[in-house]
Amino acid sequence: MELKVLGQEQESSGCSSGSCGSTDDQLSHLPDAIREKVHNHPCYSEEAHHHFARMHVAVAPACNIQCHYCNRKYDCANESRPGVVSELLTPDQAVKKTMAVAANIPQMTVLGIAGPGDPLANPERTFETFRQLSEKAPDIKLCVSTNGLALPAAVEELSKHNIDHVTITINTVDPEIGAKIYPWIFWNNRRIKGKKGAKILIEQQQKGLEMLAEKGILVKVNSVMIPGVNDKHLEEVSLIVKQKGAFLHNVMPLIAEAEHGTFYGVMGQRGPTHDELQTLQDACSGDMNMMRHCRQCRADAVGLLGEDRGDEFTMDKIEEMDIDYDAAMIKRAEIHAAIAHELEQKQKQPKESLVTLSSIKKETRPVLMAVATTGGGVVNQHFGHATEFLIYEANTTDVRFISHRKVEDLYCSGGDTCGDGETVLSKIIKVLDGCEAVICSKIGYEPWSQLEEAGIMPNGEHAMEPIEDAVAAVYKEMAESGALDESESNNELATA
Amino acid sequence: MAYSIVEKCVKCHACAPACPNEAIYEATLHFMVDPKKCTECEGDFADPQCASICPIEGAILDGYKVVANPPGSLTGIPAEKFEEVMAEIQAR
Repeated sequence: MELKVLGQEQESSGCSSGSCGSTDDQLSHLPDAIREKVHNHPCYSEEAHHHFARMHVAVAPACNIQCHYCNRKYDCANESRPGVVSELLTPDQAVKKTMAVAANIPQMTVLGIAGPGDPLANPERTFETFRQLSEKAPDIKLCVSTNGLALPAAVEELSKHNIDHVTITINTVDPEIGAKIYPWIFWNNRRIKGKKGAKILIEQQQKGLEMLAEKGILVKVNSVMIPGVNDKHLEEVSLIVKQKGAFLHNVMPLIAEAEHGTFYGVMGQRGPTHDELQTLQDACSGDMNMMRHCRQCRADAVGLLGEDRGDEFTMDKIEEMDIDYDAAMIKRAEIHAAIAHELEQKQKQPKESLVTLSSIKKETRPVLMAVATTGGGVVNQHFGHATEFLIYEANTTDVRFISHRKVEDLYCSGGDTCGDGETVLSKIIKVLDGCEAVICSKIGYEPWSQLEEAGIMPNGEHAMEPIEDAVAAVYKEMAESGALDESESNNELATA
Repeated sequence: MAYSIVEKCVKCHACAPACPNEAIYEATLHFMVDPKKCTECEGDFADPQCASICPIEGAILDGYKVVANPPGSLTGIPAEKFEEVMAEIQAR
């Protein structure tokens, strides 16, 4: 299918609405061939993730290694994190589900296999799913996420199935550190523990990365940031994987709660703070494209990143659906073209509000703001409905996307036993720590006053506006009111 | 003598393709070993394959009904620590 690559015509003076300004996050400096592959992939392009959806099918239950942040025992429907699923699928079921979702959510462009174990430790199930889909639904991009142990042996097969994206989770290149993350691997018919096992895993990951790069298959590297274990080391990892041909690095925060029963959870290993994560991502971004919009989704997630519509597509519901995929493909192509057109138009519009940002005096300090959105790249969500916020940083020259922050108890939204009596609002205020404004389509009176009291200015005046424009406008208002003069910031910090 | 899989199994499928004798099959509640086919991998591998790839402590028993992977051996979490933390969570 011929979809136009966005933003290609423009020189670097153009400002893509996804990640503005001079950060290294944008994909604009990548070769055309790579941008063509990622422009509608929500997990690879920050721009795309506002408009295009993805899904994972849980066909790969077995794993060949143990990671200290994973526990293979649990399936909680309320939990959202990698490795967790509700319903294991056979390849035939997965193909049926994928086609049903593609027909019902036409902006779904990508099918990934990510677990709940390791896709390449289940080669028959994984490749059978890919084989059928590349034949029956050629308009869906296929991708796979792996720990890398079985990758070198699978590269040849992967390259046969129209798979042009592979994610490898690489947490370290040092076996000493690896031994603190991976207690064992299963390799050549033996369970190998400690440093010896970690060394083999690292070798296979690096070899797999090089082989994929040689074949022209795009590689994203995921790394879990584990404070005190690999946090200092990940900058080096970023450099090395870039040298070997990875095109995007996604540093994710460790998820560790005692309730998950994982080694890190039970042993009290903490995850990084928002600040620590951002500092590391910024440090790596000097050398590498960084991904900041990852939602660390479940191995059976369906929908836009940040939403999960899996409940609408359980196997019993799918059995009742009658899918005409040929008709669906026509509709999908139309919708993809319409989104592409819309994005193109957006790029052509002059960025009035952003242009005027440069008129603000230079000593004005940068500000973090939280945005409530359901997707589409616009401010369109009621404050009270937001389950996550996108965090943007505005300064005098540009607006850039920093991260997302989830509202609920972070990884569990389940029953009464999960709460600790804290009100949802006070939790949200904690989640928005460091932000000075929250931009949403609407907000109620009570949260308004409490947010204000906490030093976070609510703003409901930019509903349906593009996010960057709204952030820029609010920043301008704040700057003009004198709230951002350097001396003022010290006062605010003192009272915060 | 034969290995066996007990109710702690979480049906992750890892053991079945690893078995050189196709002795492992999926049953309703968990995977099972057909004792007539199991050779404990003797002659094929140095270690029994199902017990070497299984990620769940206590899910596989050896021919003497002894747990092949006792608590703490795979996760690295000391058994007492695990019990202590779980008790804490229960008490919340």
